[in-house]
Amino acid sequence: MSTLEIKDLHVSIDTEQGEKEILKGVSLTINTNETHAIMGPNGSGKSTLASTIAGHPRYKVTSGSITLDGVDVLEMSVDERAKAGLFLAMQYPVEVPGVTMTNFLRTAKTAIDGEAPKLRTWTKDVKEAMAKLKIDADFAGRNVNEGFSGGEKKRVEILQMELFKPKFAILDETDSGLDVDALKTVSEGVNRAQDDNQMGTLLITHYTRILRYIKPDHVHVFVDGRIAEQGGPELADRLEDEGYDRFLNVKA
Amino acid sequence: MSETTTQIPDEKARIGAPSIPGFTEEGENLSPLNDSATSPLAGDSAKSHSHGGGEGVTDSSRAGRLTSFNVEDFPKLTGREEDWRFTPLKRIGGLHTAELTGKAPKVELTGSDNVSLRTVAADDAIRGNAFTPDDRVSANSWKYSNGAQVLTIPANAEDVKSVLRITGESLDPAAQHLIIVAEENSEAMVVIDHVGSAVLAQNIEFDVRQGARLRVVSLQAWESDAIHASSQQASVAKDATFKHIVVTFGGDLVRVNPSARFAGEHAEIELYGLYFADAAQHLEHRLFVDHAVPNCKSNVLYKGALQGKNAHTVWVGDVLIRKAAVGTDSYEANRNLVLTDGTRADSVPNLEIETGLIDGAGHASTTGRFDDEHLFYLMARGIDEKTARRLVVRGFLNEIVQQIGDEQLQERLTDTIEEELATTTL
Repeated sequence: MSTLEIKDLHVSIDTEQGEKEILKGVSLTINTNETHAIMGPNGSGKSTLASTIAGHPRYKVTSGSITLDGVDVLEMSVDERAKAGLFLAMQYPVEVPGVTMTNFLRTAKTAIDGEAPKLRTWTKDVKEAMAKLKIDADFAGRNVNEGFSGGEKKRVEILQMELFKPKFAILDETDSGLDVDALKTVSEGVNRAQDDNQMGTLLITHYTRILRYIKPDHVHVFVDGRIAEQGGPELADRLEDEGYDRFLNVKA
Repeated sequence: MSETTTQIPDEKARIGAPSIPGFTEEGENLSPLNDSATSPLAGDSAKSHSHGGGEGVTDSSRAGRLTSFNVEDFPKLTGREEDWRFTPLKRIGGLHTAELTGKAPKVELTGSDNVSLRTVAADDAIRGNAFTPDDRVSANSWKYSNGAQVLTIPANAEDVKSVLRITGESLDPAAQHLIIVAEENSEAMVVIDHVGSAVLAQNIEFDVRQGARLRVVSLQAWESDAIHASSQQASVAKDATFKHIVVTFGGDLVRVNPSARFAGEHAEIELYGLYFADAAQHLEHRLFVDHAVPNCKSNVLYKGALQGKNAHTVWVGDVLIRKAAVGTDSYEANRNLVLTDGTRADSVPNLEIETGLIDGAGHASTTGRFDDEHLFYLMARGIDEKTARRLVVRGFLNEIVQQIGDEQLQERLTDTIEEELATTTL
């Protein structure tokens, strides 16, 4: 079992008006095989948490810690974090012109595993994973995310998650912009990765919709850079009925 | 800018373009300039308005550019001329002033055997069929060219692949003239592979006849001391296609001016370019697409990477859609990727439109550094920074490499890009 531990995390970004604190003391412990949903209104800091764990240079950790099995994650470069077993499914995957999916997937897999995958089984793995996620085979020859629709980009993020087999996946609003069919397909992919690799999941979402397909063990509600409330799956049901107003009013 | 200009010198000018007389976003107002009834070449525009390029520049319309076979017709260069303002004249080895009597680079032909290479005298009638010098260096080259070498692709030939290896063996200023004739309905790829050392003013003409499909790769893989000014002009006949790919890596100063003129309807011109400038290199590409007849299509894409102190690239893209060229579809773009500090990329797309009855005309230019989001995305997948940067550069340039359509040559270029990247401290 592995553990990702976030302790009293404070994170700022630089804005034109100066430094602005986004996360104001977040503590969270996730074990492999667990699914944690992080919910909250827009601007509450959910995506900041995701990007900070992955090491995006825009986010400055001013205090607190993130450790993976006791090892300091904040000391690691972005690629080292990925190699250590962290995966971020991005909210807005970027297009990388001139780099084919095939080349990209193999390069990344080689980097993460520290050795090149065996060509024959790798090609088969990629094909099967693509088929399961209903990604057209010709995507392999296309450039990374170039010209993909929003839904296709999200599927390709999940494809990578399934192929790279991380210990922990952070899904940053992977459900946004997906129709029901795509949402189901993507959720199945996440569930497969959990079953096959005991992956721990940090599911960041604005809506409760995806929680019908991916069952969380824990739900944390983010408001204004802090966890305002946490509980079991029943908390999500309550949010579905009541929305976030209750928390926002408290804040006011 | 004067009152009558139809030029859109860059993207910024276009955004919200408040007052470009004679031109609307829809292009519906026909321009009074360059009326073919009064003046076929040097229209009123030649005299009536000036470019933002500097004092004393009067011929800002590409239609008004002086062309002549006589070098004396071109005034001595000062470096302030519109078409020379980016070129460091003191580094061009006297190509504009010297007697170009040095030994011209050796020309060797390999590849398909159904083509012929012959040498003709300087006064042979074939010379100048598809070519008129349009700057002083080109006219000087014309004067001193000791005849010309003519590669002929016979009518109806298929799948021709020829390589002209041009090997420079001397740094004495020299002139050279090459002629490539793609006869009716032929289909060919010609690689012009420049290697070695030279100080060369070169004229190349492409006579692309009716229905021919000619693809040319002009590869500047010179040694680092080479100086090369190359004027490459194509005349593209009815139903013909001309695809021209410039690849410039080597040399101290390289200035390639491809220009392609439609001579018949339903023809297609594609101009591609790829350049990689290292420290102190000056790589300049100035192209011209002349839509002089109706219903033709052109597409231009040049991509460049720059690294190292005083690496300088210049790209100027002139597209002229003349009044007669109704039904034109045209696009041009230049994209530069700056890899290190201390470089300079000049990029000037010029689009002149003299008729509103066109299918499309557009231009774009971008010069930027690495996109940090690209890097983050790749690194978040475990790829280390150096590899990620290389992937992005390779990907960026690959779009042009893919246009070449010859595996061996593509591999060679990919290797060259790798070598260039290996010297970078990214």
